Amino acid sequence: MKIAIPADNNNIDSKVSQSFGRAPFFLIYDTETEKSEFLNNTAASLQGGAGIKAAQLIVDSKASALLAPRCGQNAADVLKSGNISIYKIEATSLMENITAFKENRLALLQDIHTGFHDKYRV
Amino acid sequence: MTNIAFKKDLKIAVLSGKGGAGKTLLSVNLAAAASQSNYIDCDVEEPNGHLFFNPTWYMEKDVFVKIPVVDESICDGCRKCLDFCRFNALAYINNRLKIYEDICHSCGGCILVCPLMALTEKDKLIGKVSLGNSEDVRVLSGMINIGDSSGTPIIKELLSQSRSLSDKRPTFIDCPPGSSCIVMESIKDADFCLIVMEPTIFGRHNFDMVYDLVKLFNKPSAVVINKSIDGYNPSENFTDKDEIKVLEKIPFDKELGLLSSNAEIVVRKSAKYRNFFSSLLEKIYMEVSNETVTRT
Repeated sequence: MKIAIPADNNNIDSKVSQSFGRAPFFLIYDTETEKSEFLNNTAASLQGGAGIKAAQLIVDSKASALLAPRCGQNAADVLKSGNISIYKIEATSLMENITAFKENRLALLQDIHTGFHDKYRV
Repeated sequence: MTNIAFKKDLKIAVLSGKGGAGKTLLSVNLAAAASQSNYIDCDVEEPNGHLFFNPTWYMEKDVFVKIPVVDESICDGCRKCLDFCRFNALAYINNRLKIYEDICHSCGGCILVCPLMALTEKDKLIGKVSLGNSEDVRVLSGMINIGDSSGTPIIKELLSQSRSLSDKRPTFIDCPPGSSCIVMESIKDADFCLIVMEPTIFGRHNFDMVYDLVKLFNKPSAVVINKSIDGYNPSENFTDKDEIKVLEKIPFDKELGLLSSNAEIVVRKSAKYRNFFSSLLEKIYMEVSNETVTRT
């Protein structure tokens, strides 16, 4: 299966991005072939609705799971509609999290935040 | 009450970069001092002018915005609407179009770009406007529903209501704080902008933001410093290139604070402050008439 992780850089030694919608890249990792591919997050610089757009990218990438430190409500809603599970991660490197996922050590992300957009939107 | 020439339906917007600077104090009391005036509370997220005026409401109107609805039997998933939407209020997942109503800004663009005409509009209730009277002041107040995020359509409705009034009166617009879209909407039709500033470095910073906006809109403006105390005032370091005039300083005064915190209109309770705000009003009218002369 394919899994997606927000990443600060487009290489496998990169750190996990703390943001989902505003992450610069997404790692799409195939757990069977162990191949990795990086997607530019075209939503990162958007004025609004970045979570929805980024989630659309993940849905279109055919990933079955997202591994992220946190996720906003609208993004989570899009992912849920696309039947993508969201797992909470704490480790900072991409590889550590891939290993943890393969060993079934990750829990589902429960605390979906309401997003930061409403507070500051003009 | 005044010999200065200006149009009878003069619109004065009262604004500031932050909350609590004194927008409502000024606009409520100027409207009360003007008499035969309109007061518009455009701070639709937390309107409070009506608490001072305690008006007898005579009209209430719901405010709706248009939100797209998809006919799933027609939509073929071309995603032209997704590409068009600047706010990303649409997503296409599992062969279904999803619409995020809270993100939508009601521009109608998705409906226009849909080649199959699969999208239509529906009304979404976002708040209301109320009109009432308090002595000889007409009060127009807008209120956004809890959870809705953009008050602009409600401010539009308030200003449209005020334009459709048959009598010509001076109008005082109590703006929302800051310099965002809702403030731009509130000052759009104003003839003059009165900026309230607190005598602090923070107050000065907030003033600068609002002053930039007012200049961008090419509006004549002046400053009133609220909570003014004697001595050094860090907000008054105006540089030579600043052309803005400080019209008045409102003292940091216990009587004023006490009356205001009891939701009293100061000019209706204190002769001293009736004179104070009447004199400020004269100064504003003078500024406006000067502007009219220099601009024509």
